[in-house]
Amino acid sequence: MQQDTKIEVKNLNLYIGKQHILKDINVSIPSNKITVIMGPSGCGKTTLLKSLNRLTDLYPEMKVTGMILIDGEDVFHPIEDITMIRQKMGLLSQRPYPLPMNIQKNVAYGLRISGRKRRKGIDKRVERYLQMVGLWDEVKDRLKDPASTLSIGQQQRLCLARGLAVDPQIILADEPTSALDPLSSQIIEQKFVELKEHYTIVVVTHILRQAKRIADNIVFMYLGEVIEQGPADEVLNNPQEEKTKAYLKGGLY
Amino acid sequence: MKRQTLIKAEEVFFRVIMFLSSMIIAATLFLIIFSIFYKGLPSLSWDMVSQTPKGGFYFGKEGGILNAIVGSIYLAGGSTLLSLAIGLPLALFLNINIVSKKRLVNAIRFFLDLLWGIPSIVYGAFGFTLMIYLGLKTSLLAGIITVTLFILPIMVRAMDEVIKTIPIGLLEASYSLGSTKSETAYRIFFRQTIPGIVTAILLSFGRAIGDAASVLFTTGYTDHMPTSLTQPTATLPLAIFFQLSVPIREVQNRAYASAAILVFIILIISILSRIFARKFQKNQIK
Ligand SMILES: Nc1ncnc2c1ncn2[C@@H]1O[C@H](COP(=O)(O)OP(=O)(O)O)[C@@H](O)[C@H]1O
Ligand SMILES: [Mg+2]
Repeated sequence: MQQDTKIEVKNLNLYIGKQHILKDINVSIPSNKITVIMGPSGCGKTTLLKSLNRLTDLYPEMKVTGMILIDGEDVFHPIEDITMIRQKMGLLSQRPYPLPMNIQKNVAYGLRISGRKRRKGIDKRVERYLQMVGLWDEVKDRLKDPASTLSIGQQQRLCLARGLAVDPQIILADEPTSALDPLSSQIIEQKFVELKEHYTIVVVTHILRQAKRIADNIVFMYLGEVIEQGPADEVLNNPQEEKTKAYLKGGLY
Repeated sequence: MKRQTLIKAEEVFFRVIMFLSSMIIAATLFLIIFSIFYKGLPSLSWDMVSQTPKGGFYFGKEGGILNAIVGSIYLAGGSTLLSLAIGLPLALFLNINIVSKKRLVNAIRFFLDLLWGIPSIVYGAFGFTLMIYLGLKTSLLAGIITVTLFILPIMVRAMDEVIKTIPIGLLEASYSLGSTKSETAYRIFFRQTIPGIVTAILLSFGRAIGDAASVLFTTGYTDHMPTSLTQPTATLPLAIFFQLSVPIREVQNRAYASAAILVFIILIISILSRIFARKFQKNQIK
C-alpha cells in the first residue's frame, strides 16, 4: 500500500566522537498518521527525533551524515532558512519547557514567531489553540499568570498549544508523557489521536502499551539501528525480526 | 555508634564555622555602616546634599557636595549603561551564538576573569594613557570610558554566570519553535535571567560609584556642577578622599557624611532594582 510520505530519512548516520549512535537509519514517516518510534532506553530515539528538526546543531560533538527529507527538502541542505524548516515541526520534549512569560504570551509567542501576530484577534486565536489542547477552561481566568505556575501536565499541554500556534505540519514528541500523571498522559494521547487528522505526528516512547494505544505506524529501534518498521498491527502482531519479537514479549532491554 | 558520634561532631563543627563566618560578615557590615553613620550623621545637613562647595568649604566653611553626588551618579550611571549596552549582548552571544565552541568560550571567560582581577588603579592609569592618545582632557567622558573598561568584565561575567545556568531544554524549545538566535537571546534568555542581570547591573554600579582609583586621573575634580561630558567633574569617592585628608575634624566628619550619602545611594538603587527584578522573577522557568 502506497501512502503519502511526509518525512524520509535516508542513510542517516550520527557519531559522537568515536561512538556510532545512529547506524544507517532509513525511515519513512507517513502523513496524517501517528508514527511511534519505540525501543529500549539509550537506543537513539531522542537523537533521531532531534535530527529531524536539526536540534543536533546544538551539539557540536555530533557528526551527522545522510539525508532527511521533509516534503522532499533536505533539512541538512535546505533552500529556506533552518528556522523556517523548524517551524514546520512542533516539538514536545520529555519535560515541558514553557517560556518565561505568562500563559497567554506563551501561545502568542508561537503566533508571533510565525509572523501571524496581527494585533487584531490575537486573543481569539490564543483561545482557539488553548481550546485545541483542552486547556482553555482550566486557564481562562488566569491567562496573565506565569506559565511556571501551571502543573506539569498543564505545562505540557501549554507547550503543545504554543507549538500548534506556529502552524506546523508535523508534531514531534519525545516521551511527552513520561513526566506526567496518568490523567494528563491520557489527555495528551487523546489529543494526538484528534490531531492526526491535520498533522503528521511522530511520538517517541519506551512504553509498549502507549505504542499499542496510539500507533498507526511503528519504527522499532535497538542499539542505534532500525530493526523493523511498518503499520502498527503488522509490527505488533506479526513481527518479522527476532529482536522485535523479544522486545514485544518484554525480554529485550 | 562510634561513627554516629563522629558524624554528629562533624556536623557541630561545620555549624560552628558557618555561624562564626556569618557573624564576622554581619559584624563587619554593621561596623562599617555604624561608624559611617555615627561620625557622619551629625554633619549631614540639607546643605551637604543641596549645595556645591563654597569658598573655604574644605576648611570647614559653607557648602555641600552636590557636585560630587551628581557627578558620581552621572559617572556610574553612564558607565553602567554603556557597559550594559556592550555587556549584555556579549554575555548572550557567549551563551547562544558561540556556546558550542567550548574552548573559545572558556578562553573568553578566563580572559574576562583576568581583567576582573586587575586593580582599578591600573585601569585608571590605562584610562589616562588612552586619554592622552585620544587627546581628551580630564572629563566626565574620560571617566565614563575608564570606569566602563573597569566594570565591563565584572558585568559580563556576572551575567554570564546566570545565563549559563539556563537549561538546554529551554534553548531547544526556543529553537524548535523556529526562533532565531537573537529572538532566543532577547525574548527568552533575557527574560529568564532578568533577576540575575539586575544583580549584575547592581554589582557593576556599586563598583563604578565607589571606586576612587579609576577616576583619580581621568575625571579631574571641580567644585562646579558637571554640565557636559567634556567638563571635569567631582565624584563622591574623591570628595571623601579630599575631605578626609584635611586635618580639620569638622571637614573629616563631612567626609563620613559623604560616605553615608554614597551608602544611601547604593541602598536606594538596590531596593529599586530588587522591586523591578521581583516583577520578572515569577515568570522564571525552574
Ligand atoms: N550529547 C551527547 N553526548 C554523548 N552521548 C550522547 C549524547 N546524546 C546522546 N548520547 C548517547 O547516545 C545514545 C542514544 O541516546 P538517546 O538518543 O538519548 O537514546 P533514547 O532517547 O533512545 O533513550 C546513548 O548511548 C547516549 O548515551
Ligand atoms: Mg530519550
